[in-house]
Amino acid sequence: MSDVPRLRVESGTVVLSGPWTLAEMLPMLALLREGLDKVPRGVRHWDLSAVSRLDSAAAVLLWRAWQGTWPGSLAIGDLHRQVIARVAELPPEMPPPPTAFVHLPEFVGRLLFKAAANLRGMIVLFGQLLLDCLYLARHPVDIPWREFTANVYKAGALALPVTALVGFLIGVTISYLSALQLKSFGADLFIVNILGISIIRELGPVLVAVLVAGRSGSAMTAQIGVMRVTEEIDALSTMGISRSIRVVLPKIFGLTMAMPLLVLWTSAVALLGGMLAALLQLDLSLVYFLENLPRAVPVSNLFIGLGKGFVFGFVIAVVACHFGLHVKPNTESLSANTTSAVVTAITTVILVDAIFAIFTRQIGVPQL
Amino acid sequence: MSAPSVIELDGVCTSFGGQVVHRDLSLQVRAGQIVGLLGGSGSGKTTLLREILGLHRPDSGSVRLFGVDLNEPDVVLQRNLRRRLGMLFQHGALFSALSVFENIAFPLRELRCLDEDWIRRLVHLKLAMVGLGNDHGKLMPAELSGGMVKRVALARALALEPELLLLDEPTAGLDPDRSQNFVELIGDLQRELGLTVVMVTHDLNTLAGLASHVAVLADHHILAFGTRAEIMTVDHPFVTGFFGADRRKLL
Repeated sequence: MSDVPRLRVESGTVVLSGPWTLAEMLPMLALLREGLDKVPRGVRHWDLSAVSRLDSAAAVLLWRAWQGTWPGSLAIGDLHRQVIARVAELPPEMPPPPTAFVHLPEFVGRLLFKAAANLRGMIVLFGQLLLDCLYLARHPVDIPWREFTANVYKAGALALPVTALVGFLIGVTISYLSALQLKSFGADLFIVNILGISIIRELGPVLVAVLVAGRSGSAMTAQIGVMRVTEEIDALSTMGISRSIRVVLPKIFGLTMAMPLLVLWTSAVALLGGMLAALLQLDLSLVYFLENLPRAVPVSNLFIGLGKGFVFGFVIAVVACHFGLHVKPNTESLSANTTSAVVTAITTVILVDAIFAIFTRQIGVPQL
Repeated sequence: MSAPSVIELDGVCTSFGGQVVHRDLSLQVRAGQIVGLLGGSGSGKTTLLREILGLHRPDSGSVRLFGVDLNEPDVVLQRNLRRRLGMLFQHGALFSALSVFENIAFPLRELRCLDEDWIRRLVHLKLAMVGLGNDHGKLMPAELSGGMVKRVALARALALEPELLLLDEPTAGLDPDRSQNFVELIGDLQRELGLTVVMVTHDLNTLAGLASHVAVLADHHILAFGTRAEIMTVDHPFVTGFFGADRRKLL
């Protein structure tokens, strides 16, 4: 388009012509503003009759150039006058929106209140879960078997490959690093003890918990959150279906059931990785390893590991569902709550693991 | 008809999973026209709008906006093209993480040329245009009612005062009074700025109050395109069924 917004001053009159719209002004904005600034203060005559189009961005520009008053004489079409009149009706001063300044104590206090609210929310959720269980015990027809099995499949069966891969690699790594140390002491045979105790009792459950928190926990939060955003949860309640029984409960019990199985699987694969690394590094035969494993690692360690898996699964699911149910209907809240869910779940799992370690310190440690 | 054409669709074919939506569809909209796009539910009106916006690429055929093909690879050219059009989505599509004020200011800020005071004035102007006050600027989209979401979305679509405005069901969910205001607002803007408007609507009042031309989408293509009076003479089951007894209202 050859037509561009133009401005010239001739004999005490400012003459504007061409299309004065944002799109047309953009390429030459600096030039136009400079031109408007240069208009002598004394000039009170403006001729806008040759302006073909005038949008509100240009009207604001002109109004500011006129410093908020109509010029002495103005030649302008009626339509364009309306545009400028609309700008003129705005309040002269536009106060910037107030920016909230947060003091440090206030910030810390808010975090504390938030943490307390989250704790309370999880306790409420737990209480609701108990009530639902009571209800389901009296009405076994309403038990959501289909949702429960779907969750076991999604959180359990579909997680088998990734947990196996990570478990195997961790097993190989630990075995390899321990073997280097043990070799220098000539204590090669203790590799069985080190691998057995560390993987079955500690690493297996924690590793799976971290993986599952990232994989299934975040998925649960996002799913429940989006169901809230799109009002699907409300649609369920209007059909008389309890959201906690149909949505929350199957997720929590599904993950609680699937986790011990995942722990068993991952520990087994990790031990396999460790055995293979020991075979290559220390020439320790697989048969010897397997024969000595029960002797080195009392069976109670396995139960501790499975028990941890059970509790971790429950914790992850409760945390994930709690944060999912508190998503506000906007994208920012969804992402913030998903992040919080994963971080809180992993932190809580480590905390619970420490508590486990303290209360089971007498159990399952081999007496040499 | 010497006005330059703003939208040119030529031989557009679209199908979703074997189901044909458009077959050899052609349409030409010239500058300054207000086109009402009619069609039954599921006839592909929204898909057509998405194709005009370049959000969905048709299987074959060409879409040209302001004479520029949407398949042109030049990124800057495409961006400048998008700045010349505004879209009002059916459900608003406001950015849920931003306040109403920031939603409307967003396209203005993206130009990176305007100062804060200028942006504030323009945002307040747009808010006033759609009948919202300053206080509404602080609200988040989740706190708005359905009709308010629509008005804020319109204010955002108008933020750059685009040459081409696409409206998907603009008056659905507004009360009759508001929808009358809306019709007047678009009409005013059209006269002031020479906008070209394409709107999908089922509301006969909106159509009668606003549209200069009507395009009827049926049987996978544009069945008829012309002024309101011309469309009335079309003898097709969809057209007669759609207007029924209200035919006179449109004229």
